[in-house]
Amino acid sequence: MLIRRLARWLDSRLGAARFARTALNKVFPDHWSFMIGEIALYCLVILILTGVYLTFFFVPDSREVVYHGSYAPLRGAHMSAAYQSTLRVSFDVRAGLVMRQIHHWAALIFIGSIIVHMVRIFFTGAFRRPRELNWAVGVTLLLLALANGFTGYSLPDDQLSGTGLRIAYSVLESVPFLGPWMAFLVFGGEFPSDDIISRLFTIHVLIVPALIVGLLSVHLGLLVRQKHTQFRGRGRTERNVVGSKLWPTFTAKTLGLFFFVFAVCAALGGLAQINPVWLYGPFKAQAVSSGSQPDWYIGWLEGALRLMPPWELRVAGFEIPNPFFPGVLLPGVTFAVIYAWPWIEQRFTKDRAEHHLLDRPRDRPVRTGLGVAVLTFYVVLFVAGGDDVIASHFNLSVNDVVYVFRGLVFVLPAVAYYVTYRLCKELSARARLPADELALLARTPEGGYVEVEPGVEEPGVDEPGVDEEDEELSPSS
Amino acid sequence: MSVSAEQRATRHIAVALGLTTASALGLAVLYALGGQSQLEGILLALALGGLGYAFVVAARRLLPQGPFTEDREPLASSEADLEGFGSDFDRLYQDAEGEEGSGQALARRRFLLRMFGAAVGAMGLAALFPIASLGPRPGDALFETKWRKGSRVVDEQGKPVKAGDLKVGGVLTVFPEGWVGAADSQTLLIRATDHAITTRPGREDWSPRGYVAYSKICTHAGCPVGLYQHSIQRLLCPCHQSTFEVLTGATPVFGPATRALPQLPLMVDENGDLRAQHDFDQPVGPGFWNRER
Repeated sequence: MLIRRLARWLDSRLGAARFARTALNKVFPDHWSFMIGEIALYCLVILILTGVYLTFFFVPDSREVVYHGSYAPLRGAHMSAAYQSTLRVSFDVRAGLVMRQIHHWAALIFIGSIIVHMVRIFFTGAFRRPRELNWAVGVTLLLLALANGFTGYSLPDDQLSGTGLRIAYSVLESVPFLGPWMAFLVFGGEFPSDDIISRLFTIHVLIVPALIVGLLSVHLGLLVRQKHTQFRGRGRTERNVVGSKLWPTFTAKTLGLFFFVFAVCAALGGLAQINPVWLYGPFKAQAVSSGSQPDWYIGWLEGALRLMPPWELRVAGFEIPNPFFPGVLLPGVTFAVIYAWPWIEQRFTKDRAEHHLLDRPRDRPVRTGLGVAVLTFYVVLFVAGGDDVIASHFNLSVNDVVYVFRGLVFVLPAVAYYVTYRLCKELSARARLPADELALLARTPEGGYVEVEPGVEEPGVDEPGVDEEDEELSPSS
Repeated sequence: MSVSAEQRATRHIAVALGLTTASALGLAVLYALGGQSQLEGILLALALGGLGYAFVVAARRLLPQGPFTEDREPLASSEADLEGFGSDFDRLYQDAEGEEGSGQALARRRFLLRMFGAAVGAMGLAALFPIASLGPRPGDALFETKWRKGSRVVDEQGKPVKAGDLKVGGVLTVFPEGWVGAADSQTLLIRATDHAITTRPGREDWSPRGYVAYSKICTHAGCPVGLYQHSIQRLLCPCHQSTFEVLTGATPVFGPATRALPQLPLMVDENGDLRAQHDFDQPVGPGFWNRER
């Protein structure tokens, strides 16, 4: 009753009942793969909650201080105020360490779920018209998430992240004509500058999060306007959406997912140590350790830097240094192609029609093959980012490991393309067998199986795709 | 739904919410007692997991299952709406009375719009200039270090290094006196042999008594080249495995580095202290476009 009265009070001032009712009835598809994007969304919520808490303790300042806190091995050590405050959060603030670790784990899962979400969109063709714009918004969100991951990782000013910043500085410096100037602008001078930690802090807690929240609103707004895609199946067409209504079933389901995601982050944050900066020590420009690996999502760039042969361009007294190619050109081309993919594909398939029903990956062997090949390329780079760890673990020469990876990074994607293409063709052909070549099985009450004559019983069409709409499945190219 | 199934689901949810309540209270008690990271994580996970389980069971067992169907309206607007929008937008070109202007009036309006565009563009350009305040011009910063003619070689504590301090195979990170910790001046002092060596023609007197000194900043991506293997006389950068040959002037022999580490010319003064003859003869660290200016 109280709620009803409150609703009337509000509605007499806003007149929102019709709009709110439409919202309650919005239909969400039930397929599990639609939850991946939600996982990313909920990681963002967790990141904001824990991140705000951390800002109350973190001191974004490079000023040198002497440590007197409760972590004995570093007492008396000279360090930046930023590093000192990170130690304080980890050792002297009650519940501080668990918050810090939940924050870091949530960041790793955030970027992972964005990428898996994007992979799902790619392989099912959900980026096709009319959703090209939302694809571009999503790719931008991935870029922003990567940027915020890297800036956050660099804030504690520990030895490991400082090495990462040094490499980032060198990559920036390698850009033709603008490089040194850009590096000096971003860092406020020659590496390591006194300004970089406070600048990264502003970028990490204000600029990028604001952009993420803004673009995410656009992302979801477009989603509501254009409605969800869905897989083929009984009763599903290009003109409808089938699934659960927002209220109350989907709300309960998605809240359940939110709490599960949070529970996993909490368990990891409590039990699985991450980024123990006190073991790395405060940053010193002249110190370094082997086995230095960045957070996982930077691994492909690290691998690319390691595998790049010692080449550089020298023209008329100017040079384009080696790190430019793996550090600037590779990610530049990568994201340019990802952004342009919906239009690139349109050029080849000549398919400019609206699509709300999703492709099954096997029915698009070329796209699926290319996708798997590209993923393989980046996975090989990622693994190569740990070539020193692999070499010491398996007692190999790191030089040999590098030579092998330089080959694998081109061979494996080609193999992956071929295998995927063949598999898709095979699966697709099987799904297309005429009904009289399919054996229909029925399960007996005792649990046995018997073959049923076709036509005797309505064959189950639970499996989407093997239905009367089969003709439409073939690629329209 | 049978009554017993609903009862069972209700029981599950009640137990899960009970677990959440107990874990949350436990969390409060734990905090009051002084906190403990692992237990905090476990209790928080249990509390959140209980809530998650309760919601999922409710969604799957208690609430309407559907499937429900929602119609998808065509996205594109009707021709009439599009036309209407276009003509309403073109009010921009109408005069104060709401009349379509003459050709000349239209040209004047377009002229104003172009002026407006130029004004906004100029303001945007002016607003870009403060960005330059974010950092100094690179100038000569990338071309020189703190090493000067006669700089005394000191270790990380600032103690001068004497010619007898290192055994053969020994290695030390050094700086010019007064500049300990200066990132661009970090130098690796190696006692490669027990006699003077010439790493390259023209560097005959750079390595007295087997001491060679190279910039410690990798010419690839700027990591400190920290690992010296005396048995094979090589330096290794642990970041990307660039490898340099010590006796031939730190030439790169493996990995992505394309250039040798710059060598610091050393001398021994009358007190036995190591000193630099002059600064590095080329920029240290990773490459940039006008490095060879």
